[in-house]
Amino acid sequence: MMEPTAYLLLSGILFGIGVAGVVARKNALIILMSVEIMLNAVNVAFIAVGSHLGDPTGSIFAFMVMTVAAAEAAVGLAILIAIYRLKETIDITELSVLKW
Amino acid sequence: MVTGILDYIWLVPALPLLGVLLNGAIALFCERPLLLAEAAHGDEGHGHGDAHGGHHAPAPYRKLVAFIGPAVVGAAFVVSVLAVLALAARPAHDRFFVQVLFPWIQAGGFSAPAALQLDPLSSVMILVVTGVGFLIHVYSAGYMSHEKAFARYFVYLNLFTFAMLTLVLGSNYLVMFVGWEGVGLCSYLLIGYWYEKKSASDAGKKAFIVNRIGDFGFMLGVFLIFWTFGTVNYTEVFAKVPLLSANGVLTTEIATAITLLLFVGAIGKSAQIPLYVWLPDAMEGPTPVSALIHAATMVTAGVYMVARSSSLFLLSPVSMGVVATVGAATAIFSATIGITQNDIKRVLAYSTVSQLGYMFLACGVGAFTAGIFHLMTHAFFKALLFLGSGSVIHALSGEQDMRKMGSLKKHLPITFTTMFIATLAIAGIPGLSGFFSKDEILWKAFSSEHGHIALWAVAALAAGITAFYMFRLVFLTFFGESRMEPEVEKHVHESPYSMTVPLMLLAVLSVVGGWIGIPEVLKGHNYFEEWLAPVFAQGAAGGHGAAGAHGAAHHPVALELGLMAGSVAVALCGIGLAYYLYRVRTNKPKEIAEAVPGLYDVVLNKYYVDEIYDFLFVRRIVNGSIVLWQAFDAAFIDGIVNGIAAAVRGAGDGVRRLQTGVVGNYAFSLLLGAVLLVGYILTR
Amino acid sequence: MEPILFIIFGAIAVGGAIMVVTRKHPMSSALYLILTLFAVAALFVLRQAHFLAAIQVIVYAGAVMVLFIFVIMLINVPENKLPMERLTGLRLLGVVAAGFLILESAILARRFAMPAGSTADAGSVQAVGRALFTDYLLAFEITSVLLLAAVIGAIALAKRKI
Repeated sequence: MMEPTAYLLLSGILFGIGVAGVVARKNALIILMSVEIMLNAVNVAFIAVGSHLGDPTGSIFAFMVMTVAAAEAAVGLAILIAIYRLKETIDITELSVLKW
Repeated sequence: MVTGILDYIWLVPALPLLGVLLNGAIALFCERPLLLAEAAHGDEGHGHGDAHGGHHAPAPYRKLVAFIGPAVVGAAFVVSVLAVLALAARPAHDRFFVQVLFPWIQAGGFSAPAALQLDPLSSVMILVVTGVGFLIHVYSAGYMSHEKAFARYFVYLNLFTFAMLTLVLGSNYLVMFVGWEGVGLCSYLLIGYWYEKKSASDAGKKAFIVNRIGDFGFMLGVFLIFWTFGTVNYTEVFAKVPLLSANGVLTTEIATAITLLLFVGAIGKSAQIPLYVWLPDAMEGPTPVSALIHAATMVTAGVYMVARSSSLFLLSPVSMGVVATVGAATAIFSATIGITQNDIKRVLAYSTVSQLGYMFLACGVGAFTAGIFHLMTHAFFKALLFLGSGSVIHALSGEQDMRKMGSLKKHLPITFTTMFIATLAIAGIPGLSGFFSKDEILWKAFSSEHGHIALWAVAALAAGITAFYMFRLVFLTFFGESRMEPEVEKHVHESPYSMTVPLMLLAVLSVVGGWIGIPEVLKGHNYFEEWLAPVFAQGAAGGHGAAGAHGAAHHPVALELGLMAGSVAVALCGIGLAYYLYRVRTNKPKEIAEAVPGLYDVVLNKYYVDEIYDFLFVRRIVNGSIVLWQAFDAAFIDGIVNGIAAAVRGAGDGVRRLQTGVVGNYAFSLLLGAVLLVGYILTR
Repeated sequence: MEPILFIIFGAIAVGGAIMVVTRKHPMSSALYLILTLFAVAALFVLRQAHFLAAIQVIVYAGAVMVLFIFVIMLINVPENKLPMERLTGLRLLGVVAAGFLILESAILARRFAMPAGSTADAGSVQAVGRALFTDYLLAFEITSVLLLAAVIGAIALAKRKI
């Protein structure tokens, strides 16, 4: 089996892409999807190192991350729907009520 | 062991306090609303002369106040008399009674209970305070009857009596200090009774501030006593004196420091050089107040305190010398000012300062008994003089300038007679109270081991000057031609009985008050000295042997009689001179004044002491305070505080713009943080 | 065999991810995300994590992404009402920072040095199931509570009136 270095590198790249999506996009739906990419990147790292060590804990952690991701997606999308109903937009730059 | 009236000694201060509460309630809930309502109706204030306020329908509460005020003090007097009789019934060595009311300050080994101590010394004081105080309260009820703030006046007066009794009855220096401050407060309140008048409120402030200087010394003295003895209770302190001076803890230097500090307090309270300046100004207060506080009682507190601490003072020859010198200097200094004053009350004020100087002279030469004796007789005749002058002022619708009086003898027979008796007494005419007490002081100043012939000479000269200016006062006021304003002359009237009866009683006391202390040399018996002997004997035992009391034994009787005759002669000279200048050659005083204009002006302006103080201290302090206020407080301290606040606000104003409300920006911050954090971990 | 498959599926995953964050319409993004998720699932298989690979396909690609597409179609923002997006200012800086993060993670990955374990089938259904229901039972049960809370929360948020 391969050393996990390449997987970790891949994981970092995926994570970076996800981060870039979160920071650079205005569309709330795409931001949520970018978050999913970041979570998946983390899962890749978990699985790679877990199999390298021969320890099921890696899989368990990835499992937990997926659960949280599912919950996050559900709640996040619900919020998005609520916001859309209120503001008729999914542009997060227009949601600046947290202002001074 | 103790039974009977002595257990009720707490009533003596408590009764005036009751008066304070009752009159205070009346003043707050009856009088104040009335006055406020009157003020609201734009009622033009009456000219606040000394006596005549104005005329308005008497409110019913005034009678109640006029009853409560004197009655509580009278009741206190009755209790005092009974208690002192009970004390006198005991054998001489057992005339001592302490009543602990409640533990007051308790910290570690330190204990200062709120306790009252009745012994021969304090019994004299409470009799004087309640007795003279009662008469003055009665007099006040008549004198102040035209005042609007009638209840307020009696609240203050009763509060003063309470504080003064606390002062003299306290069994330790801290209780004394409470009374000491209390009388200072009441003095301030009463001097500034007519607070609408600027000079009156200024005089009140002056009295209070000058007293504070003395109080500072007094407090330091008490601290030093505690530091040295570990206690402030009189009995414990004085009992420890022989022991501590034997084992070297209480050196002469420490005793000197303690006593000089205490004496600073006495100087302030009893208006001696250099802190006497407040007393003449205190005459801005109502005349009965001058009589009670600034002649008979409060100003004698310093003398009482020095006498009370006699065992400490006797340890330090230096302090004794200072006390005697300051006393003698004050006596002659203020007597000379008294010659030139034209305000009847101011003459009496300087006379009071002078007589207080006598008392300190007596204490300074170790003749504490004589000092207290003079304190008592002085309380009688000086209260009488003040009340008499009040009666004159009352009759003249507030006129206080003697140059505008004259020939009042026929208009005010009772006032004249009583005041004349008091004048004879203060001048030292044989047979009257002032003679015995003053002469005893003169004799002790000469004969005591602490005494000196110079002290005697100064005191005798001061006695002559006293006789002169007092008779000047009488001649200018009651004899000669009327110099009154015509309008005033029409209203001249003898005062009501509430005022004249106290005058008569005080006149009787001024005559007979001295008979309890007739010296042995005149074939009398000095009951007074015998009575006070137990108090001062312990002091003498702890100090430098028999002082004062037994000093006379070393001198021949003829010498004592000769000096007595000499002082009487000096007094008669003073009277004669006054008669010559103010009855026979009435132009002469003016000629003399014109002959030595420089000297006359200096004395007339009270040696410019007020101006000197103003220049030396007051203006410096005021200017310094202004600098502190504007440069330090307003600019620096406030600058720091406001600066910090402004900086925080400015920073907040800048930083709040970071909160764009756009989630992307927050995410970017988060990312930046993560990059930097990971970078830090990598480079570590 | 593994390196070749890794490169293929890794390239698909990265390419998909780039497409997700660069598409204008969320529907395109969602479809590319599904592609990425499948590629990641393949990578899981490569690492012998069969259980997670199955979950990835069923739960993630199946359930979660269906939810996403459902919402996209529900909201259905018209093309011309989508946000105007330009890579300027802070956004550009953010992308640069993300690039730095990748660089840093690459350095970290190169530093990885841990001894390999003995067991080869750590990711098998058997091994994961055993671990899940023995050592991590409490965490597993709490996960169910979390999901329940998420369901209730989602309902509460999405309802028009509570």
